[in-house]
This record gives sequence, C-alpha cells and structure tokens, in this order.
Amino acid sequence: MTVAAAPRRARLDASLPVLGVLALVLCVLVLLPLGWLLWYGFTDKTGAPTLANFARLATDRSFVGPFLSTIAIALGVATLSCVVATPLAWLVARTDMPGHRLVRLLVMASFVTPPFLGAIAWEILAAPNSGLLNQWYRALLGLDPYAHVFDIYTVEGLTFVMGCYAFPYVFVLVANALERIPAELEDASAILGGGRWHTFRRVSLPIVLPSLLAGALIAFLQAMTQFGAPAILALPAGFHVITTKIWSLFQFPPDPHLAAAASLPLLLLTLLLLRGQHWLLKGRGYTVIGGKSGPPRRIALGAWRWPAFLFALAIVALPVLLPYAALLKTAVVRTVSEPLTWSALTWRNFRFVFTEFSATRLALANTFILGVLSATMGTALALVVAFLAARRLLPGARLLGFLATAPAAIPGIVLGVGLFLAYTRPPFVLYGTLMILLLAFVTIELPAAYQQLQAALAGLHPELEEASRILGASRLTALRHITAPLLRSSVVATWCFIFIGAIRELSATIMLTTANTKLVSVIIYDLNESGDLGAISVLGISLLVLTFVTVAIANRLPTLGRGGTAP
Amino acid sequence: MERKTMTMTPHSPARTIVLAALGALVAAAASAAPAPNPVTPELIEAAKKEGSVVFYTAMDVEVGAKLGTAFEAKYPGISAQVERSGAERIFQRVAQEYASNIHAVDAIDSSDVAHLLYWKRQGMLAQYQPEDVPRWPQGARDADGYYAANRATLSVVGYNTKLVTPAEAPKSYADLLDPKWKGKIVKAHPGYSGNIMTATFELSRALGWDYFKKLGQQQIMQVQSSTEPPKKLALGERPLMFDGNEYNALLVKARGAPVAIVYPSEGTPLVSGSAGVMKDAPHPNAGRLFISFLFSREGQQLLVDMGQLRSFHPDVKEPADRIPLSSIKLLTADPAEQEKAVEEIKRRYAEYFGT
Repeated sequence: MTVAAAPRRARLDASLPVLGVLALVLCVLVLLPLGWLLWYGFTDKTGAPTLANFARLATDRSFVGPFLSTIAIALGVATLSCVVATPLAWLVARTDMPGHRLVRLLVMASFVTPPFLGAIAWEILAAPNSGLLNQWYRALLGLDPYAHVFDIYTVEGLTFVMGCYAFPYVFVLVANALERIPAELEDASAILGGGRWHTFRRVSLPIVLPSLLAGALIAFLQAMTQFGAPAILALPAGFHVITTKIWSLFQFPPDPHLAAAASLPLLLLTLLLLRGQHWLLKGRGYTVIGGKSGPPRRIALGAWRWPAFLFALAIVALPVLLPYAALLKTAVVRTVSEPLTWSALTWRNFRFVFTEFSATRLALANTFILGVLSATMGTALALVVAFLAARRLLPGARLLGFLATAPAAIPGIVLGVGLFLAYTRPPFVLYGTLMILLLAFVTIELPAAYQQLQAALAGLHPELEEASRILGASRLTALRHITAPLLRSSVVATWCFIFIGAIRELSATIMLTTANTKLVSVIIYDLNESGDLGAISVLGISLLVLTFVTVAIANRLPTLGRGGTAP
Repeated sequence: MERKTMTMTPHSPARTIVLAALGALVAAAASAAPAPNPVTPELIEAAKKEGSVVFYTAMDVEVGAKLGTAFEAKYPGISAQVERSGAERIFQRVAQEYASNIHAVDAIDSSDVAHLLYWKRQGMLAQYQPEDVPRWPQGARDADGYYAANRATLSVVGYNTKLVTPAEAPKSYADLLDPKWKGKIVKAHPGYSGNIMTATFELSRALGWDYFKKLGQQQIMQVQSSTEPPKKLALGERPLMFDGNEYNALLVKARGAPVAIVYPSEGTPLVSGSAGVMKDAPHPNAGRLFISFLFSREGQQLLVDMGQLRSFHPDVKEPADRIPLSSIKLLTADPAEQEKAVEEIKRRYAEYFGT
C-alpha cells in the first residue's frame, strides 16, 4: 500500500469486510453440508418429516453390527497407537538412541502413506494363503499349504493396519510434549529426592498426559471415520464398519436419507468425544513457565542403545519398510508370489499404467493440482482466521476460531455425504468439478491447520505488528509483511500437512469424484476392486514419490521454508 | 419365465444356442426396430471434430483399456477415455451425475442388463443400432434399438491346480457345500458386480435361497468385482472360487497361472453385458462411432481374442482351445424379472453373508 502517510483512521481498514466475508465462507463451508445432512436424516423419500430412518438404524441388525465393530476397532486402534507410539516417542525425544533422526523420518513416512495403500500392501504381505510373510513362514518350517501365522482379513488385521497409519499422530504429540519438559524441572525433582520412577510419575507423565490423551482421541476418530482401509480389508473378512455401510447405501437403489441418518451418530459421537477431551483437560494444561528453558536431557541408554534402535526399527518396519518393499516387488514382477529373480522381472505394470490405462495422467494431474490448491487455500484461510482470533481484533473473532475448528467434528464420509447433498442442487452445483473436492479438503484440514498456526501465532509478540500499524500499514499488510514471514516454518509445515492430507483422503473423495475429476486415490480403490495389484503398486509408488518430492521442495524453497521442517 | 435351464446338443453351432437361450427371454416385440446405422465418412469426420469419447464400462480394466487403444489406433485423432468400475458403481455414478445435470458419459456398458432397461425407460439412451447388430440373436439386443449385448461371459466355478487335484475338485454347486471347503472359497459380491447380481439371480432360481444360506456358513472370502476371484485364485489366496468371470479365468490361465475352470453340473450362469449411447452424450458422434466399433466384427473379435469374452456376432471366430457354449449347460435370466428381484437379492445376501 502506498498510503503510508495518510492518517490511520482516515480510511477504512479492510479488516471488517474481510472478517465478514471469512465468517460467511466458514459458515457456508461448515453449515451448508451439515444442514442438508440433518434435513435428509429426518425426512423420507417424499420429503415428509420422519424418525423412521433412525428406528431402522437402531433395530436393523445389519446396522447395529457395523456400529459396534466400528467402535471396537477404533478403541483397539487408539490403544495400539498409544502403546506403540509412547515408548517410541520417548526413545526418539529423550534418549541417546542411535539413528533417532532416521526413526523420526520413517514415522513421518508412515504419516505420509495413505492408509488404503498401506492396507493393500498388507494384503500382499499377510493375506492368509498368498501373503508373502505366510509363504516364507510355510517355506521356512516346511508346513502344509494352508498353514499361516497372519490373517489380515480379520478384525485384528484391520485394527493393526489402521494402527500403523494412526500412531504417528500420537507419536508427534507425545514427542513434542516430551521435548518441552525442561531438564530443570526433572532435576529439581531429583534433587528433592525423587527417584527416576518417581520423577517420571509425578513430573514427566503429568506434563505428557494431555498430549497422550489428545493423540489417543485423534487416533480413535481417525479409525472411526476412515473408509479406505476398511473398504479394502473388511469386505473379504465378511463384515462392515459404519463407513463402508454408509457407502453401500449409495449403491443402486441409493438411499441418501438412510445414509444421512447413519452419518449423524458418527457426528454426535465425535462432538461428545471432543467435549470430553476439553472437559478432561480443563485446568490441567501445564504451562511450563519461562518456555524452553533448557534442552531436555537425553538419557544415556548404555548397553541398551542398539537394542532400542532395533526395537524402533522393527516398529517402523510395519507401517513403512515392509509395505514399501511389498509394493516395489509387486510393481516389477508378473505375479507377486514368484521369487524375485531376473527372469521374473517385467515392465508390464509400468507400461500398462503409463501407456494403456487412460486414467493415469488425468488422475496424477488432478491429485497434484488439488493437493497444491487445497494446501495453499487452506493455509491462507487458517492463517488469516488464526491471526484475527489470536489478536482478538474485533468482537466475534473468536467465533471465527470456533467455526474453523468445527469441521474436526465432521468425519470425512459424513462431510462427503453432506457436500454431495449440498452441492448437487442449485444454487451451488459443484458436483463433478474439482471445486467440490477442493471445498471438501479445505474443510477437512482446516481445524488442524488452524490449530497449528494459532499455536505458532501465540508465540509471536504483537509489538512488531503494532509497529508496522503505527507506520500506517493496514492489518492485512502487517500480516503479509511482518507476521507471515516470522511464521515461515509453521506455514510451510501447515501447507505440507494439508497437502499430505489431501493425498491421503479417500472417504469424502469417494463420494465426490466423477470420471473427469478422478484422483489417484480413487483409481487405486477402483483397481483394487478388480484385484489389479501390479497396477496399484505402480500408481501407489508414483503417489508416494509425488508426495515426498512436493514436501521436500516445499521445505527447500528459500523464500518459503528456510529452516522449516516437515510436519 | 423365472428360470430357464437348458442343455444343448453338442453339435449345434454356438450362435444358434445363444439365440435359443436368449431369444426367448425378451418378448419378441414386433415393434419396428430402427434402421441400422452404418459408419459413414461424415460420422467419422464429426467424431474427429469432437476429438474424444468417454466410455463407462464394467469390463475388466485391461480389456477395456485395450479396446480403447484399438479404437484410437483405428480412428487417429479421437482419444478414448475408458472408465472402468463395477456395474453397480457405474449405475450409481451415472445417477449422481445426471441428477446434477452432468453429462460426462458418451457410451456406456454394464454387465447388469437391468441397468440398460432402466436407462432406456428414463429416456437416457439414444436410439442407435450399429450396422451388424440386426444380425444379433433377438434376445441379445433391444427390439427398439437402444442397446445390445456387446459381450457375454459365464460365471464359473474354479480351482487352483497347485492346491486342488482334478479328482478332488468340486463338480457341482452342491459339492461346494462340503465342510472340507470351509474357509477355502473366494466369491464376488452382487452389490458391486452386475455379473454377480445376474449370476446370483439365476442361481437363486436354480438352487433356491436355502443353498445360499448354507453357503454363508462356509466362511467365504468376499471380494467385490467378478473380475477379482480368478486373480485371487491365481495368487493362491483361496483354492476355490464360487463365482467369477470365465474370461478373467481364461486370461490368467493363458498367462500361466495354475487355474482350472469348472462348469457345474447344475448349470453355469450366462451373463451378458450390454452397451448403448447416451442421449445427452457430450460427444454424440464419437460415442456412436465407438459403439459401432465395439459391435463391429473387428471390435468383437478383439474382445474374444484379447479378452476371452463370448460374442454374439455371427462372423466372429471362436478360439479353438475354448469350450463352445453349445457344450455347456447354461442358466439364463429374464432382465425384467431380475430387476424386480434386486432388492431381495441384496437383503438376503447381507443376511446370509454379513456384507
């Protein structure tokens, strides 16, 4: 702006209209699909109000079963994630375990891996008869053809796979919390006579506990609302979870009313859990006064250093090393059960995917464009909302913050159903465009993005902005030139987070794609439906390469992310 | 007519059998079919101007893709976008798109004839009969010229020859209820696959629902598409398949997989896939050209040779190493009856198999 000399109050600050537009955008994003969802849930095919949908949900065994298995699996995933992630986070954050950077990197790789891809890779590894691990097991012990140790097509198998791709959430939160414990606090406890165990129990644990709980909750919600892994593993196992059941309601003849009604319990449960977390943590947030006073001391493991490393490596082998190896092998051989020899190698799968299969190029392009757009728009929106909310510039700014967090309570498939109902009719006919997917991704990722940026903003002093404001810059200019650059690494991290989220997403996507708006995730799902593992592996590897390269570039762009870290 | 089984004499030519099997199914309405539409230079020119064609199909993804490539090779300048998914998903997708006024699809193929019936009734199909289609057996084409069967296959039983010897292999559907096969059978799902919907309808009429209730106790491995069980069989994931496309089984066999096909003694479900052009096709000429190619001798021979499908084209040469339809006892379905039974099939299936 060139009007630096003009008196500040003489011209209209852009903040007010911006705030209004933002509030409107957020309202439309969140409330429109939810409104349609409620309307459909409480009406029948003729549009007359009814509770029959819910009566059917509560009495039909084919609905009650999926609800119960969903909750059991989600509890299993949350427990598994905590049990695995907590020791791993401790080893990485607080001990002198060798290779802790490598382990952290591999945990991030498992975060980047879409769960549906992981599920397919685990089919290749641990299907009871054709699974590579079971084949090796039989060959090793000379057992008969049907002997197996693993069966991925079971409730346990599904829980395991979902846990593989949910535990990074717990890991990141707990590792960060462990790193924030200042050494002084633990020293103080030791000086006062507290033993190591006592210090851990009375000092470290209470500081970490809220993060652990928050992580468990995220893992639970992820598992409850996920579509990809269950769609791939639950059907062969002969059961439904609620997301696959909702999906099946859109088969011919579709019943959107029942689907909307079946979505509402998920929404309700999510809201209750988020409230519960809030209530549990109320007054329990430990503020470590003085911030990061000293780097946390790394505990010397002594003789246990290498065993610890092997343990960590074994854990990350499950979500990353083994599945990636399985995908690579499947991509380059004719049939995956063949031993890996020179004569077994073939380019057939690559040739098919890149020259014969007409959907590949469009899907890769769509995925990339959509990932970049969602990440950019989502970050921008989250940044502005976080800024307004954090600085409380106007009354009502906190409401914006609430609206931005609200989508956290909407599971992907519910949002998918809601968006489908909302945007297949006037005034917004967006179904069949990339726009509807963009809306879905931005909405789904907004809460996490907002919270990350809000946390980052809380650590920034407003004086700098005030200074530029005194010099006549508008709030938005101050945000652009002063605040945003200071937040650089957080902004890049948020951008990458949304990008990865968009790549991983399948539950809303599956409801919203059409032939011309196909994404790689959906064609992988379609190919899985007909069992084309070779083509899936090639596409999956391409998708992973695309993601890793994009995240690496985003972190290396000098103007954006100097010193930034991947999420 | 609800159920129809017939045994063919081994000497009668396959096309007569097919004619007999299917001809009786569709009421031989004497309504005048439209004149067939030859491929004219004008059509090719107009199609080239449109530049591309979108084909939704339930055929196997590789077979569909190769058909698209062959079309592109024959008509350079027109790109074929082949969108493969299960027939029921195609149906659902088209319904969603049309409800939102999105007309993305030009030519469409489904393995569930009931879908074509529905689209025709809704006025979504264009009346377009490719040149050779009048020579199709009567039951394999719409009397009003809106669609015709572009392919047929059988839903067959199969086994992995490394895991099961021919002697112990099941010979009939009844054999599959033997407790020794518990946990050993893979099966596709009628909620996803049009082929399996049709096959399930035919089998429920031939064997009764009680049979499926017992089958549900066999710890079936459930997959979605009828193209998948042969692939699971090839991998050795399960030694037996209850249903799955004959053409996929022949394809994996040709690639060297240890797969053998069984035509059960009770009869084998014959499933035809039908195709037509959409009335509101975004590329109407390219869509017509594509359908003409699909139904031409060239296109049909391609599906037979490369895709191991069965064809109704009278000039198509049957591969020498394949068992002709004439020596297989066939089960067939009346599309209109099948359309009425869809809800019941889904409900019972969910009850017996849990999915």
